[in-house]
Amino acid sequence: MSSAVDPVIINLTVFVLAVVVGYHVVWNVTPALHTPLMAVTNAISGIIIVGAMLAAGPEQLDAGTVMGLIAVMLAAVNVFGGFLVTQRMLSMFKKKSK
Amino acid sequence: MSANFVALAYLVAAVLFILALKGLSSPISARRGNMFGMIGMTIAVLTTLTITQNLIYIALAIIVGGAVGAVVARRIQMTAMPELVAAMHSLVGLAAVLVAMSAFYNPVAYGISPLHASNLIELFIGTFVGAITFTGSIIAFGKLSGKLGSKPLHFAGQHWFNLFLGVVMIAFGIMFIFTESWTPFLIMIALALLLGVLLIMPIGGADMPVVVSMLNSYSGWAAAGIGFTLNNNMLIIAGSLVGSSGAILSYIMCKAMNRSFFNVILGGFGGGDGEVGGAGEVEQRPVRSGSADDAAFLMGNADSVIIVPGYGLAVARAQHAINEMAEHLIGKGVKVRYAIHPVAGRMPGHMNVLLAEAEVPYDQVLEMDEINNEFADTDVVLVIGANDVVNPAAKTDPNSPIYGMPIIDAHKARTILVVKRSMAVGYAGLDNDLFYLDKTMMVFGDAKKVVEDIIKSLQH
Repeated sequence: MSSAVDPVIINLTVFVLAVVVGYHVVWNVTPALHTPLMAVTNAISGIIIVGAMLAAGPEQLDAGTVMGLIAVMLAAVNVFGGFLVTQRMLSMFKKKSK
Repeated sequence: MSANFVALAYLVAAVLFILALKGLSSPISARRGNMFGMIGMTIAVLTTLTITQNLIYIALAIIVGGAVGAVVARRIQMTAMPELVAAMHSLVGLAAVLVAMSAFYNPVAYGISPLHASNLIELFIGTFVGAITFTGSIIAFGKLSGKLGSKPLHFAGQHWFNLFLGVVMIAFGIMFIFTESWTPFLIMIALALLLGVLLIMPIGGADMPVVVSMLNSYSGWAAAGIGFTLNNNMLIIAGSLVGSSGAILSYIMCKAMNRSFFNVILGGFGGGDGEVGGAGEVEQRPVRSGSADDAAFLMGNADSVIIVPGYGLAVARAQHAINEMAEHLIGKGVKVRYAIHPVAGRMPGHMNVLLAEAEVPYDQVLEMDEINNEFADTDVVLVIGANDVVNPAAKTDPNSPIYGMPIIDAHKARTILVVKRSMAVGYAGLDNDLFYLDKTMMVFGDAKKVVEDIIKSLQH
């Protein structure tokens, strides 16, 4: 039996824990904010930008880095668009002022 | 910068993302939550920048993409949120496919060379989920924005054909894992792209809230899948959070429509194209109708009024008018609240945003489950732009296609006002017994016009 844990198992551990956390946190979201929830998760799924930056990272420009750069651009639309539209929506939710 | 430091920074970002979602448990904490999300993303991006070259190109790509995103976020109409969300899902899907292709092209960049079988399996999964998300979301976007017809598109043997395509796609995926070559990889991607189109085409307009939620989920799983390939916990955690969020929203939407997930995915009555009871067969029954003045009189003299808005309200652009009307009523000492059905808008929570935009205070807006017990003690219910979600047949008629669907108990109120253009049927193509009750008064006309007339009458 080898001593080191396969990275796949570590990834799986992180994955399962994140799903469990996500499940509990999302059930607590008030239904009134389900649209902002979807917009902010859109922004968060823009996290693919991290993978895209790594793809665009190597110094030598080739097909791999170009695909990475395009992906960075697409993901940036999500990141900025998602967070800003969420902010815009949330700023509309007001209690009675009078 | 050391890999350990990067991993720790990612951990901080991941916790901030969780706090961002947690903030949405109430409108009070939600804005701070969104701020946490932005900080988390900034940390993740800046940290990643320290371990990449080509900073100028990357910064340029972020600026270009970010500018597009910022402009869209500022300009988008709130009624168009479902389209925007669908469009953004497609971008994530495409980005995931590009990252996967890049990782296969140059695994050294990610420190995953040589590629193990497990890397290849993960690459395959992340890629096909991304590809399906990409084209599926484009079709959903087309349907939501009206660029494609919202009718379901069927052809004979469709489901078998899709199943066949899916099996062939997996076969090419397995071939890719064994041969590590581009040809099966690219064929697999092409088949997944085609499958994305074919899976969403047969789903009708009314089921789009489920589809959008489902694609939301897929976009998360795609990011998580790529995270497995790259051994990147940041992608795995953020992707899983999004994936579970979308899955929960899909479940909530299915439940609110009384549909099973498979029923929606396999396509059904979503198009309202006469599969269920033809619209022409609606028998002529007498209804009581009244004017806007009558409605104003009834509501002005009531102790409590509950407004049940449907998407028809937004179509008529009557949200601001209804808020003005509510303020007049509150000024007369009437207790006014709104009752929201989960599928009142075109995506989960859509109606709440549309009302918030019209400056309706959120503490007047209640969810179906919160307010359903109070209808029996309510003087007047104003149903405006809604139909199927207040159809008592869902509770009383086991033969009705919507039997079992949770509804807003408008029929229990002492008086029911229904603002409607005509006696036409709703999405489900059903007649609505609520309209024929003795205590119901129909006010025919355009929602905005009627509400404005009610306001005029209340001012006297």
